[in-house]
Amino acid sequence: MLDKGKSVQAIISEIGTSKTALLPILLAVQDASPAHYVNEAAMNEIAARLKLSRSRVYSTASFYSEISLKPRGRNIVQVCVNAPCENAGKAAIIRALENELTITLGETSADAQFTLEGVNCLGACYLSPAIKVNGRLYGNLTAAAAVDIIRQCREGEAN
Amino acid sequence: MNIRRNGQSDLVFNIEWQGGQTGAQIDLPDYLARGGYQALRRALATDPAQVVQTVKDAGLRGRGGAAFPTGLKMEHVRDNLELERYVICNADEGEPGTFKDRFVMTHLPFQLLEGMTLAAYAVGANRGIIYIRYEYPEAQASIRHSIAAAVEAGLLGDNILGSEFSFHLEIFSGAGSYLCGEETALLSSIEGKKGRPRLKPPYPTQSGLWGKPTLINNVETLANLPAIIGRGAVWYRSLGTADSPGTKLISLSGDVNNRGLFEVPFGVSFREIIESCGGGIKNGRKLKAVNIGGASGVVVPPHELDCRLEYGACAKREITIGSGAVFVLDDTRSILDNVRNRAAFFLHESCGKCTPCREGLRQVNRIIGALCGGAGTASDLAKLERYTRTMQQAAFCGLGQAAGNTLISSLAYFRSEYEAACRDVQPAAKKEGTA
Ligand SMILES: Cc1cc2nc3c(=O)[nH]c(=O)nc-3n(C[C@H](O)[C@H](O)[C@H](O)COP(=O)(O)O)c2cc1C
Ligand code: SF4
Ligand code: FES
Repeated sequence: MLDKGKSVQAIISEIGTSKTALLPILLAVQDASPAHYVNEAAMNEIAARLKLSRSRVYSTASFYSEISLKPRGRNIVQVCVNAPCENAGKAAIIRALENELTITLGETSADAQFTLEGVNCLGACYLSPAIKVNGRLYGNLTAAAAVDIIRQCREGEAN
Repeated sequence: MNIRRNGQSDLVFNIEWQGGQTGAQIDLPDYLARGGYQALRRALATDPAQVVQTVKDAGLRGRGGAAFPTGLKMEHVRDNLELERYVICNADEGEPGTFKDRFVMTHLPFQLLEGMTLAAYAVGANRGIIYIRYEYPEAQASIRHSIAAAVEAGLLGDNILGSEFSFHLEIFSGAGSYLCGEETALLSSIEGKKGRPRLKPPYPTQSGLWGKPTLINNVETLANLPAIIGRGAVWYRSLGTADSPGTKLISLSGDVNNRGLFEVPFGVSFREIIESCGGGIKNGRKLKAVNIGGASGVVVPPHELDCRLEYGACAKREITIGSGAVFVLDDTRSILDNVRNRAAFFLHESCGKCTPCREGLRQVNRIIGALCGGAGTASDLAKLERYTRTMQQAAFCGLGQAAGNTLISSLAYFRSEYEAACRDVQPAAKKEGTA
């Protein structure tokens, strides 16, 4: 069972048990997890239902950057680290976010509210520097604007 | 040749590309009103072999990076004796600095769907998959809605437009792997495995998804088909040059006044792209270098920019058009920083299957780190060259083979910057750099 949300079983019934279902199931399980990750119990259950070895499920899950095997924060802040965004001032954005969240890139805050990640090109280089917060894209960012986005997230949670 | 601006002329896409996260901008009624699906109607009334022939006559080449002739690929799938076949659209768009496929999927989704349906009819496939990267939820949503609308309108699914032909299309989401854009890694990914590349041959056209003949094409390639089939090879060849017919979508980023997506006919020079589309260099600064083709592309100085956007002309100058990413650096930028960023990207994305790429990238990253920290030596530069050549020649797949392009080209054109970062190169020698 997952921490909360849809069960692994419900997800597998929806997507099916063909071989090609493995990656879609892993992504859906992660989506249903409030901590945005796939835990070991879920991987074991998927392996059993799809009649795959546990190592096969783990090997697929661990290959992909967008699948996390560790719990993450409720809010996921992704900073594009590729060259066009680096040129446009990525470092200042990361510094501002790290200060505001008091964590460094790659970490999750102690209260499990935020995870700060470096990611590859978001296909928004015409808006560099760009970040994504909970799947939503923000471009032409300044450090101050990045901090505002975090504060809005916090206020949204408080309400 | 003058550049005809987006949306103002008669090109392949004919749309004003705008940024943002909007969903489908040209919906089905709009698309039909601008002549959409007439190409499919026409094709369904002719022999599929005729469609393949028209694509061959048009001289369309793959827009995903490798520039393989599309008509030939179609013919290989079509001629296969195995009747179960697949068409896969590669919408993994992982090349940093590229956003054209995202724009096509969010602005003109039906042009892509019509293109895929044409391709499926041409090669005799009844099933298709669009592999869209995870980072593009808005593109996935746009395509999902568009597939539903096309099925509803009888333009996709069983008995398309009342014909005998059926084509079923699904979306498959990637999960954050650049390597999965490589066609055989993409197949492994759909099959539920790690996204690692397979040995070629056999090519996907012979043995693709589940071992069946499979046509894999880039989003832009497939979205060219409605224009080619609808208006004919002769019209298509009136765009671009004899060597490279048609148009190319250019993702322009970096230190220019107008960043964005532009459709230009082949044959324009890179300088024209930067000046006419990009509106010149930002803040009145001077141009220093241009990175063409993304992370796996090359870095060239201003004097190379008269080269025309054309496969033949670019190959002669070792310029990689790739996905059409053009990233501009002004005279305040450091070439080494750019190269360091690229090297870190490849190290992160390497799958570790083969030694030249796995170990080569580790060494390259270590040396560039030393150079950037002022602790590099002249012998490090020689090593960089050696390791990069080894990757180019011995890496198992395109990732490792192309990972050193930025490095080798920048070492050739901007060697003085590398030398200036070496602690044992004399200042006199430093001045003799080539940049
Ligand atoms: C590391 C690597 C990444 C690639 N990424 C993409 C991609 O994101 N999109 C794409 O269309 N082709 C990509 N390709 C090229 C594909 O392997 C393949 O050539 C292409 O999808 C064929 O379509 P086309 O003929 O229409 O270009 C990549 C190749 C390599 C080696
Ligand atoms: S070249 Fe790199 S990415 Fe390609 S197979 Fe070898 S290690 Fe993997
Ligand atoms: S490089 Fe950052 S969005 Fe493309």
